[in-house]
Amino acid sequence: MSDDVLRIRTPIGIKYQYSAGPRVSSHLHGLMDGRFVGKRCPTCHLVYMPPRNGTCAKCGCLLGEDVEVGQRGTITTFCIVNVPFLGQTIKIPYVAATILLDGADMGMSHLIQEVEAADVRMGMRVEPVWRPRDEWQPSMENVLYFRPTGEPDAAFESYAGQL
Amino acid sequence: MRDVAIIASAQAINAATTTATPVEMLIPVVNQVLENAGIARADIGFWCHGSCDYMTGQPFSFVSAVDALGAWPPIIESHVEADGAFALYEAWIKIQTGEVDTALVFGNGRSSSGDINRILTLQLDPYVVGPLWPDDRSIAALQARACLESGVVTERAMAEVAMRNHHNAISNPYALRRGDHTIDELMAAARVADPLRELDCPAHADGVTAVIIAAGDRARSLAKRPAWIRGIDHRIESQNLGNRSMTTLPSAAAAAHKAGVGSDKIDVAELHAPYTHQELLLTSALGLGESTSINPSGGALCANPMMSAGLARFAEAAARIMNGSADRTLGHASSGPWMQQNLVCVLEGE
Amino acid sequence: MSGGTTEYTIVEDGSFTAPLELSYPYKRTVGPVLSRFLTGLRDHRIEGTVGSDGRVHVPPAEFDPVTGAALTEWAPVASTGTIVTWSWQPSPVEGNTLQHPFAWALIALDGADTNLLHAIDAGSPEVLSTGMRVQARWAAEPSGSISDIECFELAERATGAAS
Repeated sequence: MSDDVLRIRTPIGIKYQYSAGPRVSSHLHGLMDGRFVGKRCPTCHLVYMPPRNGTCAKCGCLLGEDVEVGQRGTITTFCIVNVPFLGQTIKIPYVAATILLDGADMGMSHLIQEVEAADVRMGMRVEPVWRPRDEWQPSMENVLYFRPTGEPDAAFESYAGQL
Repeated sequence: MRDVAIIASAQAINAATTTATPVEMLIPVVNQVLENAGIARADIGFWCHGSCDYMTGQPFSFVSAVDALGAWPPIIESHVEADGAFALYEAWIKIQTGEVDTALVFGNGRSSSGDINRILTLQLDPYVVGPLWPDDRSIAALQARACLESGVVTERAMAEVAMRNHHNAISNPYALRRGDHTIDELMAAARVADPLRELDCPAHADGVTAVIIAAGDRARSLAKRPAWIRGIDHRIESQNLGNRSMTTLPSAAAAAHKAGVGSDKIDVAELHAPYTHQELLLTSALGLGESTSINPSGGALCANPMMSAGLARFAEAAARIMNGSADRTLGHASSGPWMQQNLVCVLEGE
Repeated sequence: MSGGTTEYTIVEDGSFTAPLELSYPYKRTVGPVLSRFLTGLRDHRIEGTVGSDGRVHVPPAEFDPVTGAALTEWAPVASTGTIVTWSWQPSPVEGNTLQHPFAWALIALDGADTNLLHAIDAGSPEVLSTGMRVQARWAAEPSGSISDIECFELAERATGAAS
């Protein structure tokens, strides 16, 4: 093979100052305080948790008042991760679930632990396990994972609209 | 050809920095343009967006912009990785197909997210130019010196452009930079990218512009005096800076010819020329004379919101028709180093 | 793509902001024409392609700007040339080949009919003028890229011999 130049490295790097915006920031302030703060759409009245990018995509409007939700919730759907990948920090198999926090109208994604993957069910009631308070950041990573509460499962009808 | 007109516009006040997310910035302006037009979201046949992910530092950020539209039930929408004026061109073509009668076009950009002069390096040839990382001002300054030394422009003429635009911007509530300056003061200012001075360079801004266009009788029913698009054309020059004219803008001249600029007097021209020497080159390429008022808004020099400054020029040019103060205006948008791309639009009242 | 946040700030309206660096480690295949050009630079040789009108393009054009035909004829050009236009860069940025104030210039290399964009190590803008003669200064460690020309320097002040 010739030693001609066939490809070049052209890395690009740009430094930004990212802003979460005032609406998402009220959610982040909540996380700093160990609370789940979502926002209500003033038009369709659905409660977004987390409040996405500060907007209700369905209505095309800015989200309105803060609504504290949870902390308990219901697993609406889930998957069992069996595939190892680069950067994986959790022992497989594990469960990634969509959790509908009590009082919220949108599911959010988080990890389920302290239960065998095979025992996780749709409708299972779960609660957050928070990191030690002195490690809290404006991040959902303040919650290490969710675990079963032991309550009876939620009725299918209570979350069917989320599926 | 279907007759298509700009019937409403709205702009955000240009800001040096913004904390809102790009979608949070969009929503008030989208709402405002709908209110200005007096129509509901459901009445919009087609939505077209211009933005650039590099400006926000969020890959696929244009997808989240759809959140500003209330896309339920589903809508027909499209996006160009360019100024919103180029999205308007696409929307105009969409209306020409006969599929829709109305379109809402919007462009937005948060220039303050990163170093805009460096981000603009990414639009250069990525093989033999980009790897050296020349910034936007330096590239513009190379052209400015070529224009000065060839006698195509003078430093005084550049200062006059800066003086006029900054004066005009005093009456533009959306402008970021404005004020009265004397020629002597402008010519005595320090050079920031020799030969360019600070006020020869654009006031990069965070901004949003939205425009609604409509066809025929639909336009007549929505606006007292629609700004009819009588000609629109887009031309591009080589990406190779070393093989381009620095002192003429053949693509702008060609677009102006195709858009029919020269067939009658232009009352007002809103030009997307980020640098002062570029406004002089562009005015000449478009064949505009003394009788044309150039940039009554203050132009891109006084507010250059990336990806919406061109659409803002269209909005300003249309506003002069709609308020009856002009009969024939020109909206212009550019893109790329040394105004590599030029989109020219001729608007008329009925 | 890589990205990450390190620290955050809470601004006046309560919004969280944080620095975010996006970098993409692109590698590009260069194709046969730029391959020959960049291989030449690595070996301290500058060549251009010859257009249908006889004009020599440096950097090389892959296709004729007039006819659109693929260009296959090459011509050597000198590593010396003339400043066509220049601007002053008082604050070099990451990625510039020079990290002290320098000039950007379009340079007409001797034997070329188009201009090459590059840096000139001139010390101060006062000594520069259009029409000055310059010569390439080669990078100490060639990599097969445009940066193999570290910069140009004013011919009458150059210390090394042009190659």
